[in-house]
Amino acid sequence: MVRVDGSGASPSLIRVRGLDKKYQRGSEEIHVLQGLNLDVDKGEFIAFMGPSGSGKTTLLNLLGGLDISSAGSIIVSGDEISHMSRSKLTEWRARHVGFVFQIFNLIPVLTAYQNVELPLLLTRLSKAERHKHVETALTVVGLADRMTHYPRQLSGGQEQRVAIARAIVSDPTFLLCDEPTGDLDRRSADEIMNLIDRLVHEYGKTVLMVTHDPLVAKRAQVTLHLDKGVLVETLGKEVAVS
Amino acid sequence: MPIPVVYNFRSVRARWTSAVVAVLGIAGTVGVFVAMLSLARGFKATLVHSGSASNALVRRAGSTSEMDSVVQLDQERIMEDAAGVARSADGAVVSPEIVVIAPFPLKSTGTDANVQVRGVSPKALQVHDNVKIISGRFFQPGLNELIVGKNATHSYAGLEMGNTVRFGGGQWRIVGEFDSGGTAFDSELWCDAGILGQVYHRPQNVFSSIAVRLTSPDTLATFKDALTSDPRLTLQAERETDYYEKQSRVLTTLITVLGSIVAAVMGIGAVFGALNTMYSAVAERSREIATIRAIGFGTGSVVTSFVVEALFISFLGGVLGCIAVLPLNGLTTGAMNWQTFSHLAFAFRVTPVLLASGIIFALVMGIVGGLPPAIRAARRPVAAALRAL
Amino acid sequence: MKFLPFIFANLTRKKIRTSLTVGSFAVALFLFGLLFVVRGAFSQGVDVAGADRLVVINRTSIIQPLPLSYKDRLLQIPHIKLVDYANWFGGVYQDERNFFPQFAVDTETQREMFPEFVIADDQWHAFVADREGAIAGEGTAKRFGWKVGDRIPIRGTFIPGTWEFNLRGIYHGKRPADHTTQFWFQWKYLDERKQFQKGVVGWYTVRIDDPDQAAATIKAIDQTFANSPWETKTDTEKSFAASWVKQFGNIQFLILTIGSVVFFTLLLVTGNTMAIAVRERVGELAVLKALGYSDIFVLLLVLVESLLVALAGGSIGMTLAKLFTMAGDPTRGLLPFFYLPAKAIAGGIVLAIVVGVIAGILPALTAMRLRVVDAMRRV
Repeated sequence: MVRVDGSGASPSLIRVRGLDKKYQRGSEEIHVLQGLNLDVDKGEFIAFMGPSGSGKTTLLNLLGGLDISSAGSIIVSGDEISHMSRSKLTEWRARHVGFVFQIFNLIPVLTAYQNVELPLLLTRLSKAERHKHVETALTVVGLADRMTHYPRQLSGGQEQRVAIARAIVSDPTFLLCDEPTGDLDRRSADEIMNLIDRLVHEYGKTVLMVTHDPLVAKRAQVTLHLDKGVLVETLGKEVAVS
Repeated sequence: MPIPVVYNFRSVRARWTSAVVAVLGIAGTVGVFVAMLSLARGFKATLVHSGSASNALVRRAGSTSEMDSVVQLDQERIMEDAAGVARSADGAVVSPEIVVIAPFPLKSTGTDANVQVRGVSPKALQVHDNVKIISGRFFQPGLNELIVGKNATHSYAGLEMGNTVRFGGGQWRIVGEFDSGGTAFDSELWCDAGILGQVYHRPQNVFSSIAVRLTSPDTLATFKDALTSDPRLTLQAERETDYYEKQSRVLTTLITVLGSIVAAVMGIGAVFGALNTMYSAVAERSREIATIRAIGFGTGSVVTSFVVEALFISFLGGVLGCIAVLPLNGLTTGAMNWQTFSHLAFAFRVTPVLLASGIIFALVMGIVGGLPPAIRAARRPVAAALRAL
Repeated sequence: MKFLPFIFANLTRKKIRTSLTVGSFAVALFLFGLLFVVRGAFSQGVDVAGADRLVVINRTSIIQPLPLSYKDRLLQIPHIKLVDYANWFGGVYQDERNFFPQFAVDTETQREMFPEFVIADDQWHAFVADREGAIAGEGTAKRFGWKVGDRIPIRGTFIPGTWEFNLRGIYHGKRPADHTTQFWFQWKYLDERKQFQKGVVGWYTVRIDDPDQAAATIKAIDQTFANSPWETKTDTEKSFAASWVKQFGNIQFLILTIGSVVFFTLLLVTGNTMAIAVRERVGELAVLKALGYSDIFVLLLVLVESLLVALAGGSIGMTLAKLFTMAGDPTRGLLPFFYLPAKAIAGGIVLAIVVGVIAGILPALTAMRLRVVDAMRRV
């Protein structure tokens, strides 16, 4: 169950307590996140919304181990990542997080297959085993027939689907998506959201997504807003009460 | 409609690291090119200007240089009376000379160089009238005295005025220094021919060559005919300047051939560097270019604009290269004259013509390096370029 | 390695740029090879000089001869085991530009003194038996298309007249570096035909039994003939060759200067290209790091790319240089030696690698230090 008041007692998949993040801009110190709490259980699909500069991406970066917090703790599947060294974080990311970005997702000189294979090259799997996983991932997103195509030969929607395939290929603990439909037209955006729905309901994936598109947010189970450095709930499909 | 040049200027300044790289690449190539050619030119100039157009050099028929030529006194006497030879109060203005090689240590390395020592007649200065004594005096005939060329003093150790040097089994005193206007003689030591012959165990009155003053430069043909038509003589004559010009050929060819190969290869490298820079510039500025073209500037303008930019960069490179090499002008160095085995000191000669060729070379590299990228810039579909983030 | 396809894909991303960079390396290394060859051509004599040989010349001047009678006196001096002599002939074959060194040699000792020049037994014996016989080096023979049995006419310069020789043999060098341009004929023949100054040699070459005794033997020789009308100056073959080279001019310095200019230019061009390439790929590199690729991985990725370009270009350049030298001497005979030894090729490849690393290190460090968060913000 999703909570933002820091009161979750049972062991949740993701557990954030008192998260702080400050930036130095010139002579000013900007407090983007202040004492943020969050509990997320397995299989939940959460949308994060908020005005520009509110810190949504910052939160996502912190949850994904791409950035280090100024204070507070983040525990994922029992691992405390807020104090991990950069190199340990890198390893942790590879195993636990699947990223889908708005742009720059795919490497243009690699085929769809090779792009999806990238996270697996960090493991000790044999070529045959990797092949199996890649094929599975691409089948799930419905692009198995485009394996040998280069990104420039795919539409925007298809590119993002490959990105999602890459994000799930190593079976990470959760997926982090930063405006995945931001660059797409309505139809492609719907495609992507359908896919994410399937991942959550059919495959039980945990998805945390930043978006500014209310239509997209509606597809999530819960929408959280970033306001003055902490998360606040909004009525979504399910009501979450403290 | 031409694109304002200030756009190029500001673009180059904005991406100055790439521009600097291209400039340096071209500068290096031009520098090496001009340096090598001025080396060859300096060597050639030294030899070519040696000798006078009014003199003829007489040696044994069939010899390749003064080194392997042998002229007997009786032949010399007959030759003196030939038509075309200038005469003065004390007879024919000729200087029978002996040329040998003696080892002297180079100041630069300490090891020996083969220095040309010329035994001359007392009339030497009359014949070689471009040679002037600049300090001390001419040697006294019959004595172990030496006069040294001004380049010889610079290049070889121990040849200062008043010094005594040992060579050929005897002591020689240096009594004077001469200047022959930067020609081959400046690397030589002169002394009395008779004494030199004795020291080198040569039979009496046998010379290497005779330097002959002609009545006028035009009488060379007459003089040559007189020599060939006389059955008693086995001599050949040529204009002194021609003799020295031929001497320079071997080493000049060597330096020019090698220098050109090096410069050509470096040029290719510089062009590659320029191409890389320009292609990258085009790539980095594809959105700007598309915008410019969307505004209405035509293909021709875009191509011209980029070529101008490339020329600007290469011109800078060329100028930089020339400036870098300029201090070499007049710098003395030494090399061996392959045809006489003797050491010759000469100076780099950076001429305006060479500098101009350097700049032109640079501009050519600029065009070759700038044109293909410019054409590519002009050809890319505008819409695609604008869309590309 | 499983990452090779990725690296290769990156390199072929911008084919023109990669080709140009590889081309720059090829050009630079070709020049390096060329410079090495020229340096070698001038200092060749030094490298192949016999460690156990000394050269004895007339002290007054190298063009002055020494008496033949010195041979026996030299053999008396301790440590000297073999004495050979020769005269420089300096003749002209057809045209003055067809230069090659010609020596009148002592048939008894020449072959033994210079074992690096290999001649078939029957050819050598034919040469010794024929007063007008001659032996030519492979290089010169090939240059003029001579075959054993040909009659070679040479115009004498120091000693005039037309001299004709019967080519009895062709020698080749034991090592690739040995000169194969020399032309030998019999000293006895030369002395016979001379009108003046008979019984003299141009210089002696002596072999000593112990190279460590060189200095002492040199002193002994020169002392033996001091204060005579023909004083000697002795040197090891190596020093003799070296001082000869030094007179050619400061070739080393010239070559070093050109070489450095080329080296630094190459470094700049490559470094700049790598920097641009990394700048363009900031987004991708960030994604890689997000996926879990370490900073070190990204650093190595950029470095390896730089290295591969360097290796490719370097190999091409060295190969071209080698091919160029096999086409022969472009100055037609002025350089006795136009050869690129294996160690220079290896040195060239190493140099290419060094440049590849140095040029790639800064962009590689930039890539390593890239923070995903900053890079993604650059949209």
